[in-house]
Amino acid sequence: MVRLLINRVMLAAITVAIVVTVVFFSVEALPGDACTAYLGRQAQGERLTTCQQDFGLDRPAVVRFGEWVANAAQGDLGQSMARQKSVNELIGYRLRNTAVLGVAACLIGIPLALLLGVFAGLRRDRWFDVSASSVAIVLMTLPEFVTGTVLLVIFAIELKWLPGIVIASATSPISVLLSGIALPALVLSSIMAAHILRMMRSSVIDVMATDYIRMAELKGVPFGQMVRRHVIPNALIPSINLIALTIAWMLGGVVITETVFNYPGIGRLTADAIGDRDLPLVQGIALVLAAIYVGLNLAADVLTLAMNPRLRTAIGRS
Amino acid sequence: MMLSRTLERTGQVGNGLQVLRRIAARPSGLVGLILLAAHLALALAGGLIAPIDPSIQDSDAILTGASWVHWLGTDDLGRDILSRTILGGRPALIVTVLGTALAVAIGGTLGIFLGYVGGRIDAVAMRFVDAFLAIPWLLILLVVVAILGNSSLVMIVTLGCLYSVAIIRVMRGATLDVVAQDYITAAHIRAERLPTILSREILPNVLDVALVEGAMRWSWMILTFSGLSFLGFGVAPPTPDWGLMVADSRNYLQITLWPVLPPMIALSSLILGLNLTADALAKALGVDRSQR
Repeated sequence: MVRLLINRVMLAAITVAIVVTVVFFSVEALPGDACTAYLGRQAQGERLTTCQQDFGLDRPAVVRFGEWVANAAQGDLGQSMARQKSVNELIGYRLRNTAVLGVAACLIGIPLALLLGVFAGLRRDRWFDVSASSVAIVLMTLPEFVTGTVLLVIFAIELKWLPGIVIASATSPISVLLSGIALPALVLSSIMAAHILRMMRSSVIDVMATDYIRMAELKGVPFGQMVRRHVIPNALIPSINLIALTIAWMLGGVVITETVFNYPGIGRLTADAIGDRDLPLVQGIALVLAAIYVGLNLAADVLTLAMNPRLRTAIGRS
Repeated sequence: MMLSRTLERTGQVGNGLQVLRRIAARPSGLVGLILLAAHLALALAGGLIAPIDPSIQDSDAILTGASWVHWLGTDDLGRDILSRTILGGRPALIVTVLGTALAVAIGGTLGIFLGYVGGRIDAVAMRFVDAFLAIPWLLILLVVVAILGNSSLVMIVTLGCLYSVAIIRVMRGATLDVVAQDYITAAHIRAERLPTILSREILPNVLDVALVEGAMRWSWMILTFSGLSFLGFGVAPPTPDWGLMVADSRNYLQITLWPVLPPMIALSSLILGLNLTADALAKALGVDRSQR
């Protein structure tokens, strides 16, 4: 068990290392450098040399990579190009804001999806299942900016129930952010919920077909108790990994959702940094996002192992 | 027990018309096919149908709603929404059709090769594939576009390469099922060369999986591309494109919904149609996606 855990952690660390290396050296391999990308057409003569000297780009790539890794290991991600601030300073608050948004989306989406998924699975092919599954497919296929714009039009412009655009700045306290969080959280949670609902539905259907459920039925276990004690715990296991994956997916989804609602999180910062071709900032964001992504997957693996004794011994033996 | 509505997987794709008929046998598949066909027809014949040149700016008609001249109204520059919507699917379709073809070609070739060769090469390659799948794709895409620009070629190659990684995994799995079969052993005994075994013996038997995988990835790729163009990293501005149209007219939502609704409906119906078709195709060929 402990060896297995160490293995997983090592694998996660290697993945993050690969991401960082790939991002750094693909930037290097491409024509131009951070300065030519940032300055665009003005990248010539003195301006270019000054910029390159300021950011130390005149030294060899390997040296700079070593330095960047050493600094990043100590928690310093360097200096942004377009914004006169350190990357740490820029990312810090935005990460907090996105975390607030993500937690809100999970709190709405996950319980709802699990509940509806169990109902749909238990009433397979009845009207509730058919309508819930159809709505889920539609929500899954719609782009985030379409869902976002539709909700914006309905709740902010037509009904005027909720504020449409978040005006808060990145550093404002959480209580200020919360006032505008409903719509973006709803967009993220609807897409997330659709995926989880479908997964939960099919695993409930699988569990209902097993021998131990038949056994419980034959023993005369009341339906409600059977669902609570036998169906849900077993059906939940495959969903955990998917939940982690969807939360990780959200890291991409927030880029668009935060842009739609002008929410000051890491997603909009990513889009802005790329729009400005601020490569040091992009690199810092890549590291942070990859670490979160890998960390979530790791957490899901550990949780699955903890919840499923069968898996634990099966992998332990091999 | 309920009878499974999924047909047995035969591995053979067979004649295209038969497959289409089997997709259309399901209500959802029929709806998907109709939507898809309508979109392809519009994209192909768009230039003939579009009533007004999509780049003409009519300064007397800015953000008007529907009128006799502009059936679906105009945007903030006075350009005709109907024409722009008709032509706005082209960039997405061109990039994603070629991108998906590239992804299936790369992913299929490498997947079949790895599944057949096995051993250490396979083990090492799959480690890389898994590590790669753990990276948020949108980030890589955005980084590449930030550096190389957003020409169609860059888009096609980047999307194709990114999506091929996931296809490698699926095609390798499908190949593993085939490799153990007697006809592969027979091909060994006949001393067939490696390319012949891969293309003549294995490929025809995993083609169904490749087809389903390609159809599914195509719909996800359109989703990704539209997101990129919404963020402004997809196509250069004068070209009509659905994602860009929504992004451009978002600031005028308070005034009028006309510039935003048609491109959103068009985009959603295309992705939904493609998704339904892919799902029906998987069931028609008996390819179970959940097991891979």
